[in-house]
Amino acid sequence: MENLVYAIILLPLLGFLINGLFGKNLPKTVVGSLATAMVFGSFAIAVYLFLNFDSESQPQVFTAFEWFRVNGIQINFGFLIDQLSLMMVMIITGIGSLIHLYSIGYMSHDKGFYKFFTYLNLFIFSMLLLVMGSNYLILFIGWEGVGLCSYLLIGFWYTNEEYGKAARKAFIMNRIGDLALLIGIFMIASQTNAIDYLSIKQNAGQFELDGTIIIFITASLFIGATGKSAQVPLYTWLPDAMAGPTPVSALIHAATMVTAGIYLVVRSNFLFTLAPTVQGGILFIGFLTAALAGFYALRQNDIKKVLAYSTVSQLGFMFIALGLGAYTTAMFHVMTHAFFKALMFLGAGSVIHAMSNEQDMRFMGGLKKYIPITHFTFLIGTLAISGFPLLSGMISKDEILVAAFAKNPMYWVLLFILAATTAAYMFRLYYLTFHGEFRGTEEQKHHLHESPSTMTLPLIVLAIFSVLGGLINLPHFIGHGHYAKLMEWLKPVLTEESYKQMEATLSGVPFGTEMILLGATVVMFFTVWFIVKNIYVNKKKQALPEEQYTGWEKLSARKLYVDELYNALIVKTVEGLGRGGKMFDKNVLDKAVDFVGEGAEDSGRSMKRIQNGNVETYILIMSLAVGIILIVNFILQ
Amino acid sequence: MGEVNTFMQSIPLEYFIILSSVLFSLGVLGVLVRKNAIVMLGCVELMLNSVNLLLAAFSAYNGNSDGQLLVFFIMVVAAAEVAVGLAIIAMLYRNTRSVDVSIFNKLRG
Repeated sequence: MENLVYAIILLPLLGFLINGLFGKNLPKTVVGSLATAMVFGSFAIAVYLFLNFDSESQPQVFTAFEWFRVNGIQINFGFLIDQLSLMMVMIITGIGSLIHLYSIGYMSHDKGFYKFFTYLNLFIFSMLLLVMGSNYLILFIGWEGVGLCSYLLIGFWYTNEEYGKAARKAFIMNRIGDLALLIGIFMIASQTNAIDYLSIKQNAGQFELDGTIIIFITASLFIGATGKSAQVPLYTWLPDAMAGPTPVSALIHAATMVTAGIYLVVRSNFLFTLAPTVQGGILFIGFLTAALAGFYALRQNDIKKVLAYSTVSQLGFMFIALGLGAYTTAMFHVMTHAFFKALMFLGAGSVIHAMSNEQDMRFMGGLKKYIPITHFTFLIGTLAISGFPLLSGMISKDEILVAAFAKNPMYWVLLFILAATTAAYMFRLYYLTFHGEFRGTEEQKHHLHESPSTMTLPLIVLAIFSVLGGLINLPHFIGHGHYAKLMEWLKPVLTEESYKQMEATLSGVPFGTEMILLGATVVMFFTVWFIVKNIYVNKKKQALPEEQYTGWEKLSARKLYVDELYNALIVKTVEGLGRGGKMFDKNVLDKAVDFVGEGAEDSGRSMKRIQNGNVETYILIMSLAVGIILIVNFILQ
Repeated sequence: MGEVNTFMQSIPLEYFIILSSVLFSLGVLGVLVRKNAIVMLGCVELMLNSVNLLLAAFSAYNGNSDGQLLVFFIMVVAAAEVAVGLAIIAMLYRNTRSVDVSIFNKLRG
């Protein structure tokens, strides 16, 4: 088993090395299929391990080697296999291999084909390191690794300056969070003398409940999570990350990167449960993020940006679940979201592919009959995320809603509105893209075609998962005792306190009330669907250019001017500081240093005149000097 | 040494000091004014000798032979120095056909 665990991690690394070193000279089919096969190999191993694993299995640590010891803290390079990491590995490699397969078709005309697959494999490798590491340090290595890969991939088309800027923005914003994460890890190490999960989990009891230290640690970890998982205030990089090729967006949004924050919090549940204050903060940030992003998504015209804000919003939902202490609910939503968001991003990629790189929905419309497979699978994704009864998204989101109701009915109302927003922007996207008249150019219309099978196959597979994904964690009134399989399965990951907290949250709602809540969300879903369809199909409302919106629509389209605010507050301040520093450097430091140097040079130059090589002058000077010394000596006596 | 001392002490010490000061100053002046390297060496010799005279005089007055020993040292060192100095001057002359120090400025900084 040990070798299999290493193989999961090493296969993508091997793919990265082979493609990175020799890919330039290999044919595209070889590069693409090699990279895909490596990730799929990892997936196959993960499935094999999963079949030998059940909810009773103890977490297993495989230490590859003892890494180093510092200040009495032994740090090993090891991997932890438990229910949580196995679940994450399956999502990453499963969806990752579908995205690889899709990329073969999507990137087939690109010059950087081999480079793209090299980066993709490295991305998968880093993410696997992140979720499989047995301690916070390896998590951090993977954490930085995915940051690097996102930079490389978002800026993949680096000749476009805007895209390069988007890549830098993602990288720098992530760095802010990473600093907090690193501080958190150092704090953990100094407090517990360990950084591996299992020892910290055992020693977590030493922390005072809601004490300053635990609040500091968990808050730091959470700030780290806000960076990677695009939460307020570090969320603005994610929509800009759309500059990368579409499969990258799918990978970042569905299988890797943004789920890292959720994973971190769930993995550290033994710490977060001890800090109710921070949990409250997470809940607040989750609400704020979900609301803001949902609002922005309502009036975006770029098909990928709508999806990007939708991701930010859904991540907000997940953090709400985490804030409520419902860890497995958050993981459930991570999983179902991975299915339908990957599906929709790849679908959007297929649309963009068909439209010859057009991303603006104002120039789409009526694509339904030209690209039937993309249309059908995208519809399934839309229904899943919006809450069509019994599709995966509805079941996982409903669990969050119920958990919120148990905590405070007001939370439920807020979430209910947010869920309605989700349905609204998703159906707007769907109807603008696939229904109505075609609004693009004649040339585009002529060019419209369904994508090749390497692209449609992943769509179909993901569509099936988006439909069925909810079945693994059915609400208990359907499951009759076999309910909530995922919740039971993930139980060993949680500490007793975390599990109790979660159980209290999830079973706090009586059956009748839960049915009413469920009914309300279903009614809400169909109402929103009907209204949006009426607006965009029957009344034929069109999306306007950003500038022509007014009122709230303008605020939504311009994203509440947060980017501008950040620019004014932070970028300008830092630039000002930089200019001040430059002035100080130039006028004060440089001058001081130059003064010393010039002084030495000047005195040297004047002394040089005495050294004329003439013996007489030397003797004269010597005699005068002796004379002066004698005279001074005489006077002083 | 007794008789010598009495003889020496019959001459006032100031005379020796004045004489060696005059000799020394003449030496300094010669080195400063003359450009001929050999004359300059001679003037250096003059300065050394004025010092030697003074050392001998003080030694005699104090009835202590240390000063006279020093005189011998100085003589030896001066002899060695002159040997080196003359060799250098000889080389300079062979290269430039001149012993005028004012044209040797190769040591210019």
